[in-house]
Amino acid sequence: MNYNWNWSVLFQEPYLGWLFSGLQWTLLVAIAAWVIAFVLGSAIGILRTVPNRLVRTLAAAYVELFRNIPLLVQLFIWYFVVPELLPEELGLWVKRDMPNPEYVTAVVALGAYTAARVAEQVRSGIQTIRKDLVNAGLAIGLTPLQTYLYIRLPISYRIIVPPLTSEFLTIFKNSSLALTIGVLELTAQARQIENYTFQGFEAFTAATVLYLVITLLVVLLMRLIDQKTRIPGSVGAN
Amino acid sequence: MIKIDNIDKWYDDFHVLKSCSLEVERGEVIVICGPSGSGKSTLIKCVNALEPVDSGRIVVEETDVTAKGTKLPLVRARIGMVFQHFELFPHKTVIENLMMGQIKVLNRSRDEARRKAESLLERVGLSDQADKYPSALSGGQQQRVAIARALAMDPIAMCFDEPTSALDPEMISEVLDVMVELAREGMTMMVVTHEMGFARKVARRVVFMDQGEVKEVAATETFFNNPETDRAKEFLSKILAH
Repeated sequence: MNYNWNWSVLFQEPYLGWLFSGLQWTLLVAIAAWVIAFVLGSAIGILRTVPNRLVRTLAAAYVELFRNIPLLVQLFIWYFVVPELLPEELGLWVKRDMPNPEYVTAVVALGAYTAARVAEQVRSGIQTIRKDLVNAGLAIGLTPLQTYLYIRLPISYRIIVPPLTSEFLTIFKNSSLALTIGVLELTAQARQIENYTFQGFEAFTAATVLYLVITLLVVLLMRLIDQKTRIPGSVGAN
Repeated sequence: MIKIDNIDKWYDDFHVLKSCSLEVERGEVIVICGPSGSGKSTLIKCVNALEPVDSGRIVVEETDVTAKGTKLPLVRARIGMVFQHFELFPHKTVIENLMMGQIKVLNRSRDEARRKAESLLERVGLSDQADKYPSALSGGQQQRVAIARALAMDPIAMCFDEPTSALDPEMISEVLDVMVELAREGMTMMVVTHEMGFARKVARRVVFMDQGEVKEVAATETFFNNPETDRAKEFLSKILAH
């Protein structure tokens, strides 16, 4: 292979700035989407366990809809189709006046998709709790809502920290798809550096390292949370 | 005080409780026994509506537990319940287990709840375990905590669902001792158990259930010495033989 290695481009302007700008957008997309995914996913996961059948069915429908369509397709639908389906004025506003439309769309799409996956983790966490443990809460006079607040949720969130870690990692990796609708996140910037300098190996190596650093930090953070919140005596506890 | 009036319950097409009736007076200790699958646990869980009934009525001190619109949390808070597998809240320390209901349901202050919890832990002999998590305790200790947790709500009656059947043999007596003491203090108790020694010691009456039916309700000595039904005779001969 005849390739002119030149690592120094990574440290020259404007390319260094591009990389950091890309890193920043990756973090902004992923973290904002995670907030949506966590809040919405928790709500839907909880609704999947309530006694009311209609509510359960609607929540299940959300999960099946959003986790069974490829994320890329969803992203395009949110970007190209949804604005056309909105009431005319709102649609116009989204297309013309909404600040940062690519960013907002990417966050919403990624958040809504990941919410379906978080919902499944939350649901399974809640459903691993024995019926009689919930009964014990009811027996001391807690309302069903209070059994969620003080028993079911505190226990199930502790159980699902490991699978949630995977979802949190995935959201950083999936955020790279935002480049398809024009968000200049890390992958897009690496590609741009390649276009300008023909130093693709260096650019993508830099992106790879930055992704790895982010995800390893996430793993560390989640491990810390796991250790801090773990129920003494549960599986895997020290 | 507790009046179970002709209740029926189905799990899909399985008839778990067949026209069961039973009355428990204030201060009375009743032991419910019978082969597994006879509906004992289901019956006792109906008393505080942890299991809904399909027909019939259960009245606890003037409150119709089975009526629509009854504020169940308030009814349940007044009936202590002890489960076969303890069911302590695993993410809370022992003392927090005893405080939760007092604070969230009875609206007691933290200090008040803590004082009550401490005195109950002392009563069941577990003062030194207050700040441990349930998983660090033995089964017998966990069950005593569970009894204390129920007592923390100042219940008017206590229901026990096979409180000793998940315990190692040498831990059974520490739990039974607490229950005997409770019975002697005049607590109204419904106890599902196979501990016939306990029944003989404190129960005023014994209820024998089989296949979802209350087959026999008799004064304790009568039940052991002279059971009415053949099914009860057979049951007694099997469990008293060993």
